[in-house]
Order: sequence, then C-alpha cells, then structure tokens
Amino acid sequence: MRQILMIWARPLALRPMTAIGIAFLLLIVVFAAASPWIAPYSPNEIDPVNRLLPPGGAHLLGTDHFGRDTFSRLVYGSRLALLIGVGVVTFALASGVPIGILSALYPTLGKVLMRMVDVLMSFPSLLLALGLIVILGQGVFNAILAIGLIYLTTTARIVYGVALRLKAEPYVEAARSAGAGPWWIITRHILPNMISPLLVQASFVFAFAQLGAASLDFLGLGAPPEIPSWGNMLAESRIYITRASWLLIWPGLMIVLTAFSLNLVGDALRDRMDPRFRKMVGK
Amino acid sequence: MGRYVIRRTGAAIATLIAASIVIFAFIHLIPGDPVYVMLGDGATPDQVAALRDKMGLDEPLVAQYLIWAGNALQGDLGQSIFFETPVTQVILAGAETSILLALITMVWIIAFGVPVGILAAIRQGTMIDQGLSGLAMLLASVPTFWVGLYLILIFAAGLGWLPSSGYPSIFEQGGLANLSYLILPSLALAAPNAALILRLTRASMLDVAREDYVRTARAKGIRPSRVVLRHILRNALLAVVSAFGFTFAALISEAVVTETVFALPGVGRTVVQSIMRRDYPVIQGVILVIVCMFLVINLIVDLSYRLLDPRVELE
Repeated sequence: MRQILMIWARPLALRPMTAIGIAFLLLIVVFAAASPWIAPYSPNEIDPVNRLLPPGGAHLLGTDHFGRDTFSRLVYGSRLALLIGVGVVTFALASGVPIGILSALYPTLGKVLMRMVDVLMSFPSLLLALGLIVILGQGVFNAILAIGLIYLTTTARIVYGVALRLKAEPYVEAARSAGAGPWWIITRHILPNMISPLLVQASFVFAFAQLGAASLDFLGLGAPPEIPSWGNMLAESRIYITRASWLLIWPGLMIVLTAFSLNLVGDALRDRMDPRFRKMVGK
Repeated sequence: MGRYVIRRTGAAIATLIAASIVIFAFIHLIPGDPVYVMLGDGATPDQVAALRDKMGLDEPLVAQYLIWAGNALQGDLGQSIFFETPVTQVILAGAETSILLALITMVWIIAFGVPVGILAAIRQGTMIDQGLSGLAMLLASVPTFWVGLYLILIFAAGLGWLPSSGYPSIFEQGGLANLSYLILPSLALAAPNAALILRLTRASMLDVAREDYVRTARAKGIRPSRVVLRHILRNALLAVVSAFGFTFAALISEAVVTETVFALPGVGRTVVQSIMRRDYPVIQGVILVIVCMFLVINLIVDLSYRLLDPRVELE
C-alpha cells in the first residue's frame, strides 16, 4: 500500500507548484465542510445599512449590494464548486467509461455509439450546454447534466482509444483464449489499466467544469440566485464594478485558483503516466 | 485521394444530418407545448392556432423534419417569434460583429500563442519554459468574462483609452475606427485560446524534434538555428495551423459570454437573449449554422492536411 501511495505521491511532491495546488484544493474542501464554523455571517444575511462596504472592519472582504458578507459567501460558495465538480466528473465517467469500453469490445455497437459521440462533438460545447438548459430548465442539477454532457464525449473518446489499445495486448488475448468472459476482462484487465488516464481526465474535467459553471452563472442560466456561488457573485457585482471593484476580485480568484490547481494536478499526473518521466523518478 | 475526399465528405454530411435531427428534436423536447411556451400565458386560441399552423406543428414528426430540413437547405430557417422577421436575417444582423470579433481574436491568438510556444519548446526544461508553460495553464484557467470585466475596469472605466461596450458597424459612421470597440472583447476571448495554441505549438515542436530526420540534420552538421527553422518548425506548424480551423469555429460559440459582457450585437448575445425570450426558432437556427460551419471547417482542415502531408494515412 505504501509503495502504491509513493508512486502517486512522488510526482506530485516533486514540484512545489503542484504541492501548492493540492494545498489550495484542500483549503476549498475545508471551506466546504466547515462553512458554518468558518464563515462569520450567514451567506444570505441581508443588511441594507451596510451595503457595498469596502474590505476591513467587521466585514473582512467587504459587503455586496445587499449588505451580505463577501467572505462568508466565498466560503459557502466552495460547497457549490465542489458539488459541481464532483457531479460533472461522476456523470462524465459513469457515462463515458461504459460507452468507450463497450465500443472498443463490440465493434458493431461501437460504430453506432462513437458516431453518436461524433455528432455530439460537432456541437460547440457552450451551445450544447445552453440548449440542454433550455430543455431541462435552470438549476444546479441541470447545470451538472449540461456540463457533464460536454465531457461525456471527450471521456468516451479517450476511454475508447485506451480500451482499443488494451484489447490488443497479449494478456487480454491470453485471458480471452483461456475462456474469460467480457465482464472478467473488463474488470480485471481493462479498468485497472485505465486508472491513470481516467484520473488525468477527471482532474481536467473537474477544472473545466468550474469554468463552465461560472459561465452559466454569469449568463443567469446556472445556479439560482439564492445559492451562493462564485459565478453568481461575479454576475451580481458586474454593475457595481466602478463603485465597488473589490467585489470582483475574490470570487474570480477563487474560480481561477481552483481551476489552476486542478490543472496543475492533472498535468503532474499526466507526466507520471509518461514512461520517460517514470524512469526519471525511478518508477 | 479522390476516394478519401468522397468518403470524408460523406461522413461530414452524415454527421450534419444526424446533428440536424438533434437540433430539430430540440423544440419537441422542451416540456409543455412549445407554442404556448413561446407565446406566453396571454395567448388567444386564434394566435396559438395560427403559430401552430405556421410552424407546421400539426404534421407528423417525420414530415415536420423533412419540411424544416428542406427549408433550411434553401436558406429558410423559419421566423423569429420575437422579431417577427426571418431567422436568417436575425443571424445576418449579428454576423458582422461575431466574425470580426473571431478574426481579431485569432490575430491575438496567433501573434502570442505561436511565437511563445516556439520559445518554450526551444528552451525546453529551462526556467523560461516552465514559466511560460505555467502562464499558459493559468490563462487556460481564467474565465473570459472575468478578464473582460477587468479590462473594462482598467482600460475603459479607469484610463478611458477604449470603449467599454457596444459595437457600431464599420459601415456606419466612424468606419474602420469602430474596430476599437472590439479590442477589449477580443483580448478577453483570446486569453484561454492563446494558451491552448501555445501548448499545442510547444508539444508539436517537441514531437517533431524527436523525428529521425531532425537527428540526421543535426548529424550532418547543419546550424542548430537552421534545423529549428527548416526542419522542426515547418513540420510542427502543420499541426498548429490545422488547429486554427476549429479554434475559429469554437470562438464563435465561446463569444456568447464575451458578447454578453461587452454588450456586443453579435450572434452569441442573440442566442442568450433568445433563450430569455423563448424565441426557439432563432436558437435552432443559430446552432444549426454554427454546427454547419464547424463541420465544413473541419472537413477543409482534414482534406488539406492530407494534401499537405502525404504521410497522413487515415482509414
């Protein structure tokens, strides 16, 4: 177990930037888990007397146009960010992995399924998500589905490619000629060998889900306004940018740093998969 | 080559037909009667019947699709409920803004992404490379509307150098000077995409640098600068240039957000407004046109790629 941990932890620890990224992601998790204890105010507590206060004093990062505490809303916003990320990754993997693997194992079915993926990919991603929101209606769960659909396609493509390659490996051939059924081959040979590329894909999908959700929020088609989200905070502060420019910086920074940290982690994991790099760190 | 062209074009047409079915189905997947949803609660039965008749919603589904697709082939995408004009006119009204915005954005992307990507590749593994690659990853993590809001805050509201919103046509008063309205939006839109081209250029350069003919060139004693320019760069750019095509197509749809931030009268903002207005024929029309453009660009890229690089043998 320790050895396995080392293989994964080493490339991450080798780069100080990646370590900083992981630290930031942990901070978000702590924010989300302990929001009520960390946030000094309720995220939706309206205080008209103290609206648009600059940072400092009783409100660490100031207040918005309703007098709500910016810091508290940021802390609670991390909950939605994690929910969106986990939701989109789960949806993309739960749909993309079976589609990709089945397409690789059963070429006739694969022709149909991958053709459908191609069709979905011919839609520009943001328009695909917007179209789905129009059909499903606005809301957090629907935003997850809409963004997840975009990454279903890329995940299915990647899984299909890897599964095709694995299918041709001698040990899979051997298992098949020894009479192993498809379930055995998938769970014992294909899935375990796919974990690295899937982890990489998951971290990138998690990162881009943040940006996609922020775009939907900004267009007013994402999370409903009563849920504190970083995207909504930016959308709402937009008309006050000249009067209260400090409202713009924090939610934006949270989105950027979350996406950036996840990209750093994904990049480090990808390098770990590269055999040349593995040789460098001694397996 | 001839057979390849036919097969590749056939595949593109098949994808377009499938995509058009999805776009057609869209209006029927919306919960509730689309006519009531579009007209609102105050609609009289006469209005409902008239619109239902105009959109042919009483025909069987297959007939409806064939009529819709047939009209689309003849350039008729239906009527906008809100504007009460043909959808094609609504799209054409936003086309100038969207296309110019995408073109100017491409200029930034190419001017920044390609040279910086080459620099990072030449200095692979050094501090310069790590810094530039880190910068690219940071740019790719930034929401375009956030960049846009800061550009407005600094260059429009603060310094007053550039206009913050709107775009008067270059054919109106002001002429080409009106392009200044597109500078800030194009910079915001370019940020994440330039980062992608930077990474692609770097990766492509490093890929080619491992080729046998590069080693041969070096072994022959050719000057390193000449190896980079003649042997690596020329071949590496092929992959990069082919990415320009779909980057351009992607820009038109990514501009949805940018056009909203800068209140530009483009196709993207029309889509967002049409969603709010429940003007479904416009949404359908815009998506169909953009998907079409995307497929055509991809087809051209694939065919010219094959023409330029005879080694590319696709099944």
